[in-house]
Amino acid sequence: MFDLKGKNALVTGATGGIGGAIARALHGQGATVAISGTNADKLEALSSELGERVFVLPCDLRDRPAVAQLADTAEKTLGQVDILVNNAGITHDNLFMRMKDEEWDDVIAVNLTSVFTLTRGILRGMMRRRAGRIVNISSISGVFGNPGQGNYAASKAGLVGMTKSLAREVASRGITANCISPGFISTPMTDALTEKQTEAIAAAIPAQSFGKPEDIAAAVVFFSSDEASYVTGETMHVNGGMIMV
Amino acid sequence: MSDISERVKKIVVEHLGVEADKVTENASFIDDLGADSLDTVELVMAFEEEFGCEIPDDAAETILTVGDAIKFLDKNTAA
Repeated sequence: MFDLKGKNALVTGATGGIGGAIARALHGQGATVAISGTNADKLEALSSELGERVFVLPCDLRDRPAVAQLADTAEKTLGQVDILVNNAGITHDNLFMRMKDEEWDDVIAVNLTSVFTLTRGILRGMMRRRAGRIVNISSISGVFGNPGQGNYAASKAGLVGMTKSLAREVASRGITANCISPGFISTPMTDALTEKQTEAIAAAIPAQSFGKPEDIAAAVVFFSSDEASYVTGETMHVNGGMIMV
Repeated sequence: MSDISERVKKIVVEHLGVEADKVTENASFIDDLGADSLDTVELVMAFEEEFGCEIPDDAAETILTVGDAIKFLDKNTAA
């Protein structure tokens, strides 16, 4: 089950906690992975760790032409992209009344617009081959809202609507598009929370603890597999029961 | 022209899975040949690949029939 041998995957944000785990898990199932991110050193370190079947494709997702270029480069490097995991995400948290235009724009550019641009670029080959897996990493914030994350929550909720529309368009072509909505996962992003915040959040989670990046990676492996061919437009919540929708 | 016409018709037959005799120059992809909007995008992609040219979106929107495609490609590809 969930064998990905012979498949090629592109993972954005592979230098992050969740992205690294996703790249390792897809690779572990036999896929060749192209890992993207902005920190070339971290990408190289991950590449060395994985050894073979890995390519490093640095890209700044704020830069729209560079994102379009990433789609082309990935297709050329891998031959074809069978699995696209739009994982990259940034936060610039601020109270709504204090949020600067740049904080809004930056988060929307990286978390939402780049997903559109990259997916559009990769879609052409998937359409031609009548096969493809697109997995977008959303967030519990996009579903439930979170104070201080008006920009982040908007971008992550936007992904859900985008993914559902895309799923409807391309389902007849053998391509699935799904979201994963992580709850609170132990990563550098959540390390920014204060101890008090961390305790309060954990108390609101039925599983009583933060998740691991591997919990998200396992869901990505499922959506990426041939076995998940009949699942599309879905959002899988991986959050220890924090919200049940 | 006839060569382009044959190649266009072949792509349409293959892509839409329709009988070759239905693919006349007046045939509309959507109204006569049962294409949906996504099929028309894919047809344009297939034409681009077959003829090694780029069909801009505003031109693609004017390609509604088999004849439209043949005319456009006749004008815009080096023979």
